[in-house]
Amino acid sequence: MTVRRVMGIETEYGVVVPGDPAANPMLASGDVVTAYAASRGIRPARASWDYADEAPLRDARGFDMGRGDAHPSQLTDTEDPTLANVVLTNGARLYVDHAHPEYSSPEVTTPRAAVRWDRAGELVMREAVTRLATVPPGVNLYKNNTDGKGASYGTHENYLMARSTPFASVVKHLTPFFVARQVMCGSGRVGIGVDSRTPGYQIAQRSDFFEVEVGLETTLKRPIINTRDEPHAVADRYRRLHVIIGDANHADVANLLKMGSTSLVLAMIEADAVGADLSVRRPVATLHEISHDPSLQTKLELVDGRRMTAVELLWEYHDRAAAFAEERSGGQPDPDTAEVLHWWSTVLDRLGRDPMEARREVDWVAKLAVLEGYRERDGLAWSDPRLKAVDLQWSDVRADRGLAHRLAANGRLEVLVDDADVRAAVTTPPSDTRAWFRGACLARFSEAVVAASWDSVIFEVPGQRMLQRVPMLEPLRGTEAAVGQIVREAPDAAALLRALATAGTDAD
Amino acid sequence: MAGQEQIKPQRRDGEPDDVETPDPAAAAPAAQASEIDDILDEIDGVLESNAEEFVRGFVQKGGQ
Repeated sequence: MTVRRVMGIETEYGVVVPGDPAANPMLASGDVVTAYAASRGIRPARASWDYADEAPLRDARGFDMGRGDAHPSQLTDTEDPTLANVVLTNGARLYVDHAHPEYSSPEVTTPRAAVRWDRAGELVMREAVTRLATVPPGVNLYKNNTDGKGASYGTHENYLMARSTPFASVVKHLTPFFVARQVMCGSGRVGIGVDSRTPGYQIAQRSDFFEVEVGLETTLKRPIINTRDEPHAVADRYRRLHVIIGDANHADVANLLKMGSTSLVLAMIEADAVGADLSVRRPVATLHEISHDPSLQTKLELVDGRRMTAVELLWEYHDRAAAFAEERSGGQPDPDTAEVLHWWSTVLDRLGRDPMEARREVDWVAKLAVLEGYRERDGLAWSDPRLKAVDLQWSDVRADRGLAHRLAANGRLEVLVDDADVRAAVTTPPSDTRAWFRGACLARFSEAVVAASWDSVIFEVPGQRMLQRVPMLEPLRGTEAAVGQIVREAPDAAALLRALATAGTDAD
Repeated sequence: MAGQEQIKPQRRDGEPDDVETPDPAAAAPAAQASEIDDILDEIDGVLESNAEEFVRGFVQKGGQ
């Protein structure tokens, strides 16, 4: 029982061309990707994406959706040469997803590493903004999830799970958790309703955009539990749980808790050890009600008739996870698990006493403290554009303009991963997943890499008629420990491929 | 964080359900007031000068 598992965070950034609201967001997003790629000497045409193993219309419930039934925005595997798409030396993917630049972090194995490589993505976006600013008006990027006018874009979490776990158990035990989780991980938002038609403040950026309990879609009729079943790994061994309900975080603690608490709940689900049913009545409506109540007094109603607040429900999950971790580890949970349990109880404790006590740990609380300061000092109503501007500028990726970055820099947010580690993660892959092999190949043999994906790297080697595809269907192989020496000692890609074959240790 | 002391936090158990709690946003302790003022002064210096135009211009296409 541990928080450790293969995981990652993908973030679509809001994109603005200053002074030109009508600018084409696809082109601006493409500029972001190509500007960053150019700054790193990456040629997009080379290190492009290999779509061979992508199947976005596969459903975890066991059937494929016909392509004719799919909304065009669901067809993410159709290669479009006009869309920039690169793999970075840290193992991440940087590309244009619909109308947003997206940074998909490399696969990591701990919540702390997820936070580190997620923040590395902020530096990638910041670098692109800096480059583009040299040609006015430039492009500004925002790590948020809604424009407040009816559009939302995602921050998705991915968790590798055992395929043998019944999906029905995932739905049953994860749905109530996700209804409540926002109170410790939400990023806060000015405006109620998808288009902010009711003035006010709510806990989560995304909650109002969720309309159904379970489903395959991610861009319309968004479901609390997303059933996309595209493991990017050995399909009969693994499921990649694709979580679309979270917000983009700036607060390290909230981000760590988002990944860590979810991973612990999944571990209990995999072990069939969650215990008594915590299902809530009317999960979608309750999700909205919880988000709309920053006092945290709203009660959820369980199917067994009990009523409790979101904080109280999260205590139930916490206590079960803590007891389970204690029992399975002989009283000595590993440091990553202990760290998550520590912050989980600390944040719930603060939220339960007075939500404002969690202003150093939780985004929505930190943002609300600033907004209430403005309201009090300047007598502003919730409909005032200055409050909306604070909300949006909160997530500006620029260090001097982004309000969350300024709070963190001034010691007003709890920082778990220091800046030097984040900077290193911009170019360095995690050492303990296949992302190491992917990133190292891009760093050492970029001339020879014609394409890469989550589960393959494709080489073009001089003298070889065929492209050479190295499959990586096991996310925990291709680590630095397994192939580091081979990769470092190979003078070129041809030698690397020969050495991998001789060693009998494919990166896979 | 290895070996970190696990502090058993205060629990809400046993509290009556209908305790009247003040609006947390409205009841910021006085000690924090000057801290908030410092933050606001700093944000004033970088906030988009034309908030209304900035907010109006922040238009996104939906994503995933």
